[in-house]
Amino acid sequence: MKAYLTRRYLFSASHRLHSDAMSAEENRSIYGKCNNPHGHGHNYRLEVTVSGQVDPSTGMVCNLVDLDGFVEREVLSRYDLENLNTLQEFAKSVPTTENLCVEIFEILQRGFSQAHLERVRIEETMMNSFEYSGAAELQK
Amino acid sequence: MVYLTRKAEFSASHYYHNPDFTPEENRRIFGKCNNANGHGHNYTLEVTVKGEVDPRSGFVVDLKQLKEVMHREVLDAMDHRFLNKEVPEFLTQIPTTENLAIAIWERLETKLEQAQLHRIRVYETPDLFVDFYGEN
Repeated sequence: MKAYLTRRYLFSASHRLHSDAMSAEENRSIYGKCNNPHGHGHNYRLEVTVSGQVDPSTGMVCNLVDLDGFVEREVLSRYDLENLNTLQEFAKSVPTTENLCVEIFEILQRGFSQAHLERVRIEETMMNSFEYSGAAELQK
Repeated sequence: MVYLTRKAEFSASHYYHNPDFTPEENRRIFGKCNNANGHGHNYTLEVTVKGEVDPRSGFVVDLKQLKEVMHREVLDAMDHRFLNKEVPEFLTQIPTTENLAIAIWERLETKLEQAQLHRIRVYETPDLFVDFYGEN
């Protein structure tokens, strides 16, 4: 039996949306308040969905301790209470929540092997959320 | 095709234990969840059904009937119960959220009269949930 398990996490970080490819005026016009040079922060809600056969001996898709440990070590400790613009992965790309979704998906895709990664979803605020399911989109 | 989701809540206790494992393996794999005295959760169940909208009633499913089936098949059996000891499926299976979603699917699938079951989602806590779509 194939099941999908979703776990939610919280981290807080600051960012500034600014692209060197655009003029100061274009940046202000496109990013609005998010272009404030001093940055601003969010409490990000991260949802990680993995799938797989339910192991009859444990009743689990994967052990939550392994997923929590991986996310804590590789994602939360990297992003929580950081300024995203100062991190290497955003040296050349804008730390929008779209790009953050892709980065976190790729971290999980590369390193978490105990279950199949289906989707990463991030709520930037209660009003905005973003999802990435890799190259082949989830059709559910 | 229209999808309709009905939510319900139930509270139950459980623990994780596989009699084929040694006590040490059980403790290592299941951690705190292996405490034989059990612990509890407030579960939130979401049942999603799908179907064509009946042109006469404008319904995908009669919500009253869906609610009754959910009560009879799931909530009456699981609410305020110790899942390992009082729910037949879990005399032989470990009552993880994964197995709970599968058991609820199997209890409901053949009991729905109008619409087709699409998804069972079980929240163990607001930060952990499992989806089951009836896939093998």
